[in-house]
Amino acid sequence: MTAGLTGVAPLIQRDKVHASLYTDPSIFTEELKKIWYRTWVFVGHESEVSQPGDYVRKKLGLQDVIMTRDRDGQVHLLLNRCAHRGNQVCDDAKGNSSTFRCPLHGWTFRNTGELIGFPFYKGYGTRKLDLAMGRVTRVESYQGFVFGSFAEDGPSLVEHLGAAAGEIDRLVRLSPEGRVELTAGWLGHETHSNWKLLAENETDGYHPQFVHGSIFGVTGSTIAPLYSDASTAVTRDLGNGHSENDLRPEFRKFAEPMRWFGTTEQRVPDYVAAMRALHGDAAEQILIEGAPHVMVFPNLFIAEIQVFNIQPVAFNQCTQYSTAVQLVGAPELNKRMVSQCVGSVGPAGMLLADDTEMYERNQLGLEALQPEWLQIRRGLHRESSDENGFTIGGATDETGMRGFWSHYASLMEAE
Amino acid sequence: MTSTIDATDRLTAAPEEFDAREVEQFLFREARFADESDYDSWEALWTDDALYWVPAGNDGPDPLQVMSVYYDNRSRISTRLKQLRTGRRYAQAPPSNLRRLISNVEILGGRPVSSGGVDLEVAANFVVFESHDRADRSWAGRVTYRLRRVDGELRLSYKKVVLVNKDKPLPTLGFLI
Repeated sequence: MTAGLTGVAPLIQRDKVHASLYTDPSIFTEELKKIWYRTWVFVGHESEVSQPGDYVRKKLGLQDVIMTRDRDGQVHLLLNRCAHRGNQVCDDAKGNSSTFRCPLHGWTFRNTGELIGFPFYKGYGTRKLDLAMGRVTRVESYQGFVFGSFAEDGPSLVEHLGAAAGEIDRLVRLSPEGRVELTAGWLGHETHSNWKLLAENETDGYHPQFVHGSIFGVTGSTIAPLYSDASTAVTRDLGNGHSENDLRPEFRKFAEPMRWFGTTEQRVPDYVAAMRALHGDAAEQILIEGAPHVMVFPNLFIAEIQVFNIQPVAFNQCTQYSTAVQLVGAPELNKRMVSQCVGSVGPAGMLLADDTEMYERNQLGLEALQPEWLQIRRGLHRESSDENGFTIGGATDETGMRGFWSHYASLMEAE
Repeated sequence: MTSTIDATDRLTAAPEEFDAREVEQFLFREARFADESDYDSWEALWTDDALYWVPAGNDGPDPLQVMSVYYDNRSRISTRLKQLRTGRRYAQAPPSNLRRLISNVEILGGRPVSSGGVDLEVAANFVVFESHDRADRSWAGRVTYRLRRVDGELRLSYKKVVLVNKDKPLPTLGFLI
């Protein structure tokens, strides 16, 4: 079966998906067109370009994108290509400049993409040409998280985020100033697997005890019980392909402020005091329930204190970019967040290097000719609806994956 | 924790109690223990105030505020090695086959330690060839070591590995580099 003639619909069923979705290069090509270059894709955070003139190079699918902040404070996503002959105009990873000058013939562009000059203008018979750098068609931010979409129209970012927006709010609410920054820099992790294996794994509560048993056992981590058979945590399909592991039922059982962060209020007294001053009685719930564990379709994963940006490279390769959440107004927490993230994520991370090992072995396993299907049926018989109408499953159920695939199918089947 | 600032202008004259050949032999031994995944012998080389640091391509004056590939104090080195010893650290189970070359060994000077005394600061270039189940890879870079004599034996208080390709996404780095 291939996507070419029949589309992907027959490959995606309620309880199983076909291996060719991960191994067929033509499906990857179709995904670039119908997902990565159409829907809202996470690119970066406004705090990475905090000052006018700041820029940083990013990926959006296979596109080399420059995220800039212009003199009026507006954030742009420019395509790194000269309007003249297509040479790359920006070669630094980041910097501060109000213009980009193409090294090939000296064409110069403002950091909004506008063409402002070209040498030897008499050769064009004019000083003004109606040309500009390419731009990501639509750029919108939510709580500073910058997304781009190449679709001229379609859902707004807020419509796309839907219920996932509330999870981002829940993260931001942990800052005593109501702001999150991503200023610790990104760890790039080259991953030899299809991007969807990552998107599915991020809210798979079934794997942690097995893949991460080595580090849980060594550190006496309190994470393992959250994803046990006895856990009261919930896997939720948030709609639009987004999903979460809602760990709050477990944290409420203990009702200990800061347990979600693996610490106690005594060890971060200034932070806890600031939150109580700001939120009054409501602070207890916030401090007990902690940060979200949410996968925002297709590529933003917020895992409590760390943020991942997943970008595809090929049907069998992607890059994970990870960084620590920094809560504005919470210096006591921020260094700990960096330290914990450095231990957990990236190429040497004591958690993520093992996940990545699984992604890569999984990709090779999927090349096997038999059986052709992957099972996503876990928990189907015990799914229910929560008070808001969202489908929920147990802590180790594949409810999130089914939500992912349902939305994926709708995008891939669209014209 | 040992100062992480490694600007060479803070260096003093090299302390005299180190012999260049002994220093080199120590570096080669450390490399062999890492190559052979001899975790116990490798761990025994470290001082209690150890820092094992592999920066990523993130600039910043304070390494505690930016993401690194490794930023392990003595306690985290111990945790990492315990995880490796479980045999279920899948990124290194089975372990990579490794061999590395250490070259251009250069004695840089002395590095005063907050607890008193002066560590010897040494730098070297390295190339390591990694053979892993799915790929053969080369890694290369510059290492800065700080050495101290503890009860007559050389010990390692600091190892910073600056990879040549640190500015790009890196594949999984599961072994001791």
